[in-house]
Amino acid sequence: MAIETREMALKTEPFVLNFGPVHPSTHGVYRMRTTLDGEVVLDIEPVFGYLHRGIEKLAEQRTFTGFIPLTDRLDYISSMSNNLAYCLAVEKLAGIAVPERAEYIRVIIAEMQRIANHLIAVGSFLNDCGAYFTPFLYMFRERERIVDLFEMVSGQRLLYNYMRIGGVSQDLPDEFLPALRKLLDLMPSYIGEYERLLKDNEILQARARGVGILTQETAVNCGISGPVLRSTGYRWDWRRADPYSIYDRFDFDIPVGVQGDCYDRFRVRIEEMTQSLRIIEQAIKDLPSGPVQADVPHLIRPPVGEAYAHIEAPKGELGFYLVSDDSVAPYRCHVRPTSLINLTALREMVRGWKVADLIIIFGSIDITLGEVDR
Amino acid sequence: MTVALSGKDIASKLEERFPGSVVESSQACVLIKPDSLLEVAAFLKDTPELNFDYFNYVTAVDYFQYFEIIYQLTSLEHNHSLVFKARCYDRENPAVPSVVELWQGADFQEREIYDLMGIRFEGHPNLKRIFLWEGFQGYPLRKDFL
Amino acid sequence: MEVDRPGQYIYSDTEIDRVEGQVIEELKASSQEALPDPDQWLEEEAEKNILVTTVDAVINWARRSSLWTAICFPACCAFEFIAANGPRFDLSRFGMEILRASPRQADLMITAGTLTWKMAPNVRRIYNQMPEPKWVIAMGACACSGGIFASSYNVVPGYNHIIPVDVYVPGCPPRPEALIYGIQTLQRKIAAKSNINLLERSKQG
Repeated sequence: MAIETREMALKTEPFVLNFGPVHPSTHGVYRMRTTLDGEVVLDIEPVFGYLHRGIEKLAEQRTFTGFIPLTDRLDYISSMSNNLAYCLAVEKLAGIAVPERAEYIRVIIAEMQRIANHLIAVGSFLNDCGAYFTPFLYMFRERERIVDLFEMVSGQRLLYNYMRIGGVSQDLPDEFLPALRKLLDLMPSYIGEYERLLKDNEILQARARGVGILTQETAVNCGISGPVLRSTGYRWDWRRADPYSIYDRFDFDIPVGVQGDCYDRFRVRIEEMTQSLRIIEQAIKDLPSGPVQADVPHLIRPPVGEAYAHIEAPKGELGFYLVSDDSVAPYRCHVRPTSLINLTALREMVRGWKVADLIIIFGSIDITLGEVDR
Repeated sequence: MTVALSGKDIASKLEERFPGSVVESSQACVLIKPDSLLEVAAFLKDTPELNFDYFNYVTAVDYFQYFEIIYQLTSLEHNHSLVFKARCYDRENPAVPSVVELWQGADFQEREIYDLMGIRFEGHPNLKRIFLWEGFQGYPLRKDFL
Repeated sequence: MEVDRPGQYIYSDTEIDRVEGQVIEELKASSQEALPDPDQWLEEEAEKNILVTTVDAVINWARRSSLWTAICFPACCAFEFIAANGPRFDLSRFGMEILRASPRQADLMITAGTLTWKMAPNVRRIYNQMPEPKWVIAMGACACSGGIFASSYNVVPGYNHIIPVDVYVPGCPPRPEALIYGIQTLQRKIAAKSNINLLERSKQG
């Protein structure tokens, strides 16, 4: 590797620093062996597997319905989206039609989950930037409200196990819609608060503008999707390009960034929260009545075949590839891991930046180790 | 709406260009020989009217007589997608060429398949175990691993 | 699109991986049985009916009211722990708002998440680096017994195979209220501990 020779008499050598699996930031057990020249990062080698629980192997020992709780634990911050992707894959495999009310409920829940996920993503990004816990706790306050609504619906705070094959497991209780209405009225003012405090903040501008630039060609070639791809300027969203469920009935914009730096990723996530609120408003207006689950047996036996279904999860393209051989358990279940693929470009993004920037760039990609390691 | 291209049309195009590379084709996917995998993949990526620039995923399934490696590609420009597969009949030392040179996104996914299934990818720059540790005996996702 | 070749690293990554793999295999072979819970001193004290002296009471009060946590957050339970630290379920009122990255300044390890064999040597190391007195709370079903993943090839069936655990908090994930109850149980356990006898015992042998 090239080390610039300097005119001074000071001779430097690269050394290896291990950013170990135990990390003082909330991203989980991720390890990097970084080669540094002083403070400047020359190269990184990511090491995974500290949370590899063998979910794909466990899928072959559980029934199709019994695998839904395991899908929660993949991207544990946005479990409703994981459930949705898996249920769509099984429904595609078995050819099951979902009732209208269940479709609308799924969209409402998925968009609320997107907001909750982006709150944590932005909060921990700002934590890494050095604002320590203040914005993080502000965003946690909102997330607690959303989690209250999820608890009303499913009984759980973090790993919901709410979606079922053919719909959702229970109908919305009576107090859900008024509480959601109240949240929708308050949320724009909270997002306005974050914008006021953070959008033109000098320290954030200095630390995040122009840092960790990702070009469009690299992003597409690496298979990166989600807010990271949109921050490079490419307007691609699976809800628009390949609408699943009933997303073609809703009207929403797709925010894109300008140059693909950390600041753009932060802005894209904040804008996406506003767009999600728009979708929820439209969905509540048209919510029909009816059954919430198709008439599907619990021990479902899809016909022999294979299917792949993907959704626009908050982090990117989350997909499930299922192979069935006419038994109650999947023959093979593969998860297309959004976070693992989004990490492919990390090496190019951090070369030449300093150690502190490495932490921010890594935080702005927004990964969850449960999805990387499965 | 992303159009899933018909396997049969693509198979006929591939047969013209690389005769003998297609084993069988159906509406949903194309099955090609592992030896011609690289040239077929390069053709799919570089032809302007196909232009498959986005690599969705690569995965492998263990059917007892063979391993099947499945690729899905999408073209963001034309908004169409394709699934193609390759089969590897060797159980002791399965090996398939790697497509990392064309799509960098295949990097970690191919390492994962090597780690969990034992299929080697020829031409991968850094093929070593990614999730399990060096010295782990066996390949967990194979059907004969307890 | 150039892809980087190995040999670019200045260290030998295969050598490091091989050594670490050996460490993991050795730890796995030696941890097949669960370690006994460190509760024996509690029962002995109850039998002998020793009163906790005023000095003990003050020391124990100081220790239990300012537990500082070491960071060990593999998985999902971490988010319930963070929510417990958050504005609604405030852990700061128990003196626990400090989340130091360094285990040398910590006396409590809340293990929030599934433990895999690959991670086990690191958790052992962090536990060894914590100075006495130290306690461990196993949070969540995966930490108590392996949880929903217990039959997997890479999951340790419970943290008590690797480190001795004081309090087990079940749940998947346990609500922040459940975690606070677990912390209060630990505080009661610390309050019952007699330090003077242990000091004499350590002097003798």
